Amino acid sequence: MNRTSSSRRSLIGAAVVAALALAPALTACGAGTDTSPPAAASPGASSTGAYDPNATIEIGSLYEPQNLDNTGGGGQGVTEAFNGNVYEGLFKLTDDGKVENLLATGYKVGADGLSYTFTLRDGVKFHSGKALTSADVKSSLEKVIGPASQSARKDSLSVIKSIETPDDSTVTVRLSAKSISFVYNLSYVWIVNAAAKDLATSEDGTGPYRLGTWKRGSTLSLSRFDGHWGTPATNKEVVFHYFTDASALDNALLTNAVDVVTSQQSPDALAQFTDNADYKVSDGHSTTKLLLAFNDRKAPFDKPLVRKAITSAIDNRKLLDSIWNGHGSLIGSMVPPTDPWYEDLTKINPYDVNLAKKELADAGFGGGFTFTLDTPNYDPHPTAAAFIKSELAKVGVTVNINVITADEWYTKVYKNHDFAATLQEHVNDRDVVWYGDPGFYWGYDDEQVIDWVKQAEQADSTDAQTALLKQVNRQIAEDAASDWLYLYPQIVVASADLQGYPINGLNSQFYAYGIKKSA
Amino acid sequence: MIGYLARRSAFLLLSLFLAAAVLFLLLRLLPGDPANALLSLGATPDQIAAARHQIGTDRPLPEQFAAWLGSLATLDLGRSFVSTAPVGPEIAARLVVTVPLTVLSFTLAVVVAVPLGYLAARRSNTWFGALLGALSQLGVAVPVFWIGLLLITVFALRLRILPAGGFPRDDWADPGRALTSLALPVVTVGLVMSASLIRYVRSATLDVLGSDYLRTFRALGSSFTGAMWRHGLRNAAVPVVSVLGIELATTFLGAVVVESVFALPGLGTLLVKGIAEHDYPVIQGVLFVSTFAVLLIGFAADLIQRIIDPRLRHNLSVEAR
Repeated sequence: MNRTSSSRRSLIGAAVVAALALAPALTACGAGTDTSPPAAASPGASSTGAYDPNATIEIGSLYEPQNLDNTGGGGQGVTEAFNGNVYEGLFKLTDDGKVENLLATGYKVGADGLSYTFTLRDGVKFHSGKALTSADVKSSLEKVIGPASQSARKDSLSVIKSIETPDDSTVTVRLSAKSISFVYNLSYVWIVNAAAKDLATSEDGTGPYRLGTWKRGSTLSLSRFDGHWGTPATNKEVVFHYFTDASALDNALLTNAVDVVTSQQSPDALAQFTDNADYKVSDGHSTTKLLLAFNDRKAPFDKPLVRKAITSAIDNRKLLDSIWNGHGSLIGSMVPPTDPWYEDLTKINPYDVNLAKKELADAGFGGGFTFTLDTPNYDPHPTAAAFIKSELAKVGVTVNINVITADEWYTKVYKNHDFAATLQEHVNDRDVVWYGDPGFYWGYDDEQVIDWVKQAEQADSTDAQTALLKQVNRQIAEDAASDWLYLYPQIVVASADLQGYPINGLNSQFYAYGIKKSA
Repeated sequence: MIGYLARRSAFLLLSLFLAAAVLFLLLRLLPGDPANALLSLGATPDQIAAARHQIGTDRPLPEQFAAWLGSLATLDLGRSFVSTAPVGPEIAARLVVTVPLTVLSFTLAVVVAVPLGYLAARRSNTWFGALLGALSQLGVAVPVFWIGLLLITVFALRLRILPAGGFPRDDWADPGRALTSLALPVVTVGLVMSASLIRYVRSATLDVLGSDYLRTFRALGSSFTGAMWRHGLRNAAVPVVSVLGIELATTFLGAVVVESVFALPGLGTLLVKGIAEHDYPVIQGVLFVSTFAVLLIGFAADLIQRIIDPRLRHNLSVEAR
């Protein structure tokens, strides 16, 4: 029972919460805050053991890119391989969730909060040799919001009204509405040479690596770009090895065919690494939440009391332990600890079978009821569904499990809202704002929350934004808008020879330029 | 013989056409919309329509089918919905793994099965023959991926003498490394294939051993080896060749299965990925090329049988008159 081997994050799951996201933890708002070039993003990275600057880092992953264009459906895989490695944005999201300057050296916001003027870093060159200019930034932004774009950031960046390029190193963007997450969202926009072609199979970015070869179905290699503007990568070459089978990936790590696995998806396999001095297991912070999402529009889940009762009837800790064996955490609402507006809200709807029974009786369902749970057919959803069914039977509620494909889920649940309750993983950070959209699939509709989310996006300071989103998070927990079953663990397993790899993997990125391999 | 070749070729083409039609229809019967694979969750109806138009699934089925047949005729397998890369070269790149895997596994199976099958027949009444029979039964019953996992555990994880999977990035630039990567998969498929092959070779040999003509030759004074060599082997080979044709095709399919276990970038893993992504051109392309290979093997087996066995040619010429 307790396995989620080869659980691929579904395309849908990965994309779900990508579209809207709120503000950066940006403190330095003025121009001239020159960030140091990319630094190693991680655990024990500071240790100064001798390393081989010409090493090849072999990375094992389950997420092969579909193509190499993140505005053309490249998917989670291309973000993992290319974000920050091959392409850079004006800003970058660090592994601990902060937004820092990257190709921009700073920006100014107009008094009305609607215009942003960015200053570009000097001396930046694309891999093709061309120098970075404001025209490249303009065309890259236009690509993301253009009609053909399949970018997950398209919606949130559609507040862009116009882009001007007064000179080669200045870009001015005007917005149609205030957007405090604008700069944060820009950390997802790759700056691509405006003249580059065939971006689905080749690249022209400014990052510390250029694309070596992509052998579809097997490997993708990156080699150090000597013309990079910043600190050179601490390794010469990075090779992503792609697997479709989680145990094949574990075997590769056990036989030293790969040095590090970007995201361990098979809890059963962990024991062989935790008890082994040749490997290091890092437990980072994930942003992936497993939700039991109710259809808040329809009876019986239109009543908050019913939703609270269901939430209290399910022992989330037991579920998490049976699937992840001690890894992962409970959060009690939508916000994970890496978001600035996190609070531990697990006390609001505690696991308490007697409370659940009382709430059901108060809501007029003392005799219980029956509902259908639409369950995606890949791990861990079927396991979680079976567990929920047995938990709810104890309070007189009967669950009919209806197993569906990701594709059916998309049509039935996401598009047509034709469901009573469903299970789904939501992978992105800063995605609590979806509760401010009554048109979203779960149909949570609370005027106060809608207003808070809107105000938060238009806030003048990150403090104001944080305060508002904390209120949102607490309110949806009090209404049990969904049942947030647990937060996934983010486990990176690496050879003990390796240092400087990212452990949180926020939004699937995997910065490789700081990885050092012992000489 | 020329008339036969012409008819057999026409039959091959007809089979190909039927295969193409069946493949095309079966894929379209699957639930789900391939356009979904291209989109993220926030997709608007406009974006969905655009995606359908981009991949051509908004056109009527007969039109899509005609377009596919047309491109097949020009040896163009289309472009992947998902990666937008052309499918033909992609398949060709994967054959670099799958074809050697198939051929080597098949060779191993034949090298193991023919002598063992022959011995099993010669010693059919001894403990040795019984043991071989039992082992081959067992081999037929065990799933191929299970053997693969077993071999990985022993040779890769415990003994550490062979890699657990993967294939060199530069393919066959270093043949030694490529062969090392293929060692365990080849043994896996080869062993399983030889199990069923042993049974065929054994029964074909038993038939010959019990035949009247062999007894007659022995009665005329030729040695057992001489009689077997001159007449027995050739007769036993006829049914074995037709079985070999089928077995080679099965080996190919077995190779496709073990590729996932050994993380080999071959046709099998391409197919699995294509199915997961609803990528019709990729699925169609792989299945079509596989079907073509299987039909071609059958074609070759038929021809070889005719060359070995004059009776088949003779029957044909009587018929032709």
